[in-house]
Amino acid sequence: MIIQGLAFLLFSGILSISALLVITARNPVHSVLWLVLAFFNSAGLFVLLGAEFIAFLMVIVYVGAVAVLFLFVVMMLEVDFVSLRQGAMQYVPVGLIVGGVLFAELVFMYGGLEIEAVNQAVTEVQNSQSIGLVLYTDYIFPFQVAGLILFVAMIGAIVLTHRTRPGVRRQNIAEQHNRKPEEAMEIRKVTTGTGA
Amino acid sequence: MIETVLNVGLPHYLILAGFLFTIGVFGIFLNRKNMIVILMSIELMLLAVNINFVAFSSYLGDLTGQVFTMFILTVAAAEAAIGLAILVVFFRNKGSIAVEDIAGLKG
Repeated sequence: MIIQGLAFLLFSGILSISALLVITARNPVHSVLWLVLAFFNSAGLFVLLGAEFIAFLMVIVYVGAVAVLFLFVVMMLEVDFVSLRQGAMQYVPVGLIVGGVLFAELVFMYGGLEIEAVNQAVTEVQNSQSIGLVLYTDYIFPFQVAGLILFVAMIGAIVLTHRTRPGVRRQNIAEQHNRKPEEAMEIRKVTTGTGA
Repeated sequence: MIETVLNVGLPHYLILAGFLFTIGVFGIFLNRKNMIVILMSIELMLLAVNINFVAFSSYLGDLTGQVFTMFILTVAAAEAAIGLAILVVFFRNKGSIAVEDIAGLKG
């Protein structure tokens, strides 16, 4: 119990601090790296909650795909990030008011919440296995729709960012196949002693 | 006092998720100009929702929360990919990622 509490404090503390640093870091590359730390710590929290599969997914999907995507885009865009931060301080009071009210409301709501924790029967079935048992039976349709969403997102991202640039030499297979010997080479009679 | 902190229950996770969500909202206010950090704030908010889902799922002994966390993860990944693609195209056309420049539809 004590160890669990200490682990919770550790993970949630690092998670909160790194989330704060995500939004306050001057350099967006640092923001992305703090985001990666936040995702790792949330994976730790999920392990504490007994949801190992979601924790793995968190590390694989968020850290491995989403954060790396962010990192690529941040590093590819040549933006003067310093000028983007100018005038940011004028929004701090409004943000603090809205955030404070939101947080207070959430805390009051959770404070009044009375939920009896259900004691789970200790089973031999692993977390991943039991998720699989529900996901591929009861939730098969949402699962397929999720795949469709990812597919559409992939096609959309490719279509959006694809561009044909003029003046780039690229291979044209049909043109290469249609080449005739007549246009490719010239036969000359070479007389002895003169050269081509 | 120490015992209430260390005896971790559902409210701890809920308040942590609420704090994370608040940080996400605050991040949108703080980085009004930088589109990339706004997208990262949205990721933080989705993470907070995921923590809520998994906490309830764990404490109520119902796997539905974890299944829906996976769907949120899917949508978050799709949203990040599309959002960043739009961002890249916008930067190519306008040379800026400031939110106030994205007002072409205002007329």
